Amino acid sequence: MAIGVKVMQRPGREASYMRATLKGMALTFRHLFRRKVTMQYPEERSTETWTLSPRWRGTHRMLTDEQGRSKCVACGLCPQICPANCIKLVPGEDEEGNRYPLIYEIDEFRCVFCGYCQEVCPEEAIHVGVHYENAEYERGRFVYDLERLSAQTHPVSSLWDPTDPRGE
Amino acid sequence: MTPELKGFVLVAVVKTAAVFTFLMLLVAYSTLLERWIASWMQDRIGPNRAGPKGLFQPIADGLKNLLKEEVIPDGANKVFFVIAPAISLMAALIIPLTIPWAAPIPLEFDMTLPVLGRFVHHGATPATVTVLPIGFLWVLAISSVGVYGIALGGWASNNKYSLLGGLRATAQMVSYEVAMGLSVIPVLLLVGNVSFVEIVSVQQQGPFSWLALPLALSAFIFLVSGFAETNRVPFDMPEAESELVAGYHTEYSAMKFSAFMIGEFTGMVTISMMFVTLFLGGWDIPFTHWDEAGGMLQVVATAGVFFVKMLFFLFLFMWIRWTLPRFRYDQLMALGWKIFIPMGLAYILYIAVALWLVDGPLGAASTALRFGLLFLFNIPVLVLVFRVLDRGRLIRGVSVHLPASASRPARAV
Repeated sequence: MAIGVKVMQRPGREASYMRATLKGMALTFRHLFRRKVTMQYPEERSTETWTLSPRWRGTHRMLTDEQGRSKCVACGLCPQICPANCIKLVPGEDEEGNRYPLIYEIDEFRCVFCGYCQEVCPEEAIHVGVHYENAEYERGRFVYDLERLSAQTHPVSSLWDPTDPRGE
Repeated sequence: MTPELKGFVLVAVVKTAAVFTFLMLLVAYSTLLERWIASWMQDRIGPNRAGPKGLFQPIADGLKNLLKEEVIPDGANKVFFVIAPAISLMAALIIPLTIPWAAPIPLEFDMTLPVLGRFVHHGATPATVTVLPIGFLWVLAISSVGVYGIALGGWASNNKYSLLGGLRATAQMVSYEVAMGLSVIPVLLLVGNVSFVEIVSVQQQGPFSWLALPLALSAFIFLVSGFAETNRVPFDMPEAESELVAGYHTEYSAMKFSAFMIGEFTGMVTISMMFVTLFLGGWDIPFTHWDEAGGMLQVVATAGVFFVKMLFFLFLFMWIRWTLPRFRYDQLMALGWKIFIPMGLAYILYIAVALWLVDGPLGAASTALRFGLLFLFNIPVLVLVFRVLDRGRLIRGVSVHLPASASRPARAV
């Protein structure tokens, strides 16, 4: 029992339990017929009120040129900037002196999806993608190699543009 | 056995099977209805995956519960742990058998079956499994057996949350049983009989003779006590998932848990049926006497009307559940002992005096006049309860009024 609690002398219409109950019941009854907000996920992936943002940073994608070779020139900027240290890059060089990645792997478990790799890439090769369904049966499958990164088809992230902060 | 006795047994068995099947189906689908209403009231869609529109959900739930592992905790009292859900389920299931759910069924047959011999049945048979002359007294008695199931289950689990849930259930159900018992005494005063069949037949005598009007406060107390009896929100202290894990059925799994659940839902159905029978005319179709003529069509129509009335109360149970928060325990006990029991007692006296006035000095000749006058007597009572008492007195807030001298200046903590 509280000591010295100030008790508000409220008018009857506010103190009445029955009236409050009926009011609450009217409210819940109105909600019975409201439009439902549930999105039926596997069938329905976006509604008019909710879509994935074009700035979403998800699973990576490596873009390729017309000949189907990856655009990466193995400059080493992305492993350098990566805060999670999840990119493994071993550079190689062909007879003409063009650099290309011998090994390019991203550990999607370590990745924090900051998008720095995309920002720093001079060739616009590595991108974070607008994609989020990447469940696998084994942990090993989360290390994406170059072939798999290039084979992805989902849209790439448009990242945040400082000249257009609101995305207009 | 004589052919007449055989006919009687046959009819009784068929009626029992029908009521039992109907009850189990209704309970199964009321779990689905509960989940639908919960989700609709929260702007969600609810179960819609199992079968068309989610209609096979109860079957999926039932199958799952049948196939799941039954866990009996090591420290549990095995015997009581196993019988507790059975008691709870059984007590809930036998009550609806006494409630008449349609006009008497006209049945005439005289047939000979290959092995069993000759069956004879004459005259209308009441649409209830058994016509108990002690009616709702029996219901009150059996519903207190249900407490044993919950208390035993809570105690035998050897778990502190279960025990607390069981204790709360015991205290709550015992207290509200008193209030419920007191609330039906005015019905007894007015009808002069405790048999459900008689109570329904009194309520058929013309328009406005449903007892919810002449005995309005009784109906209110009965309904609220009914919520408390079935441990439904806002009286779900025995479960109280936010404080007691799951209360008395914390340790129960698979079909034993299901049995408790079926018991709870059957309890809801029972209270709905009882309320409809006692206060809303049972299977009576208002404003017509056509339904009393007898005949198969009337049976179907009255059963339908009864079902609709009952369904409304089932809906009300769920509606309230998803509207109100749970009471505090002291509020619950105060409402039961300090409000409903004195109120019920006073109302019995009041109705007795009112009845004496109506029948004696005022000399009401017809039933309609009698019930109408009684309703007039109820108006001041309703005003008193819902306008005067219902100002923070029915359900008290957390703080109490203190005299000025007792209140001290707040000290820094």
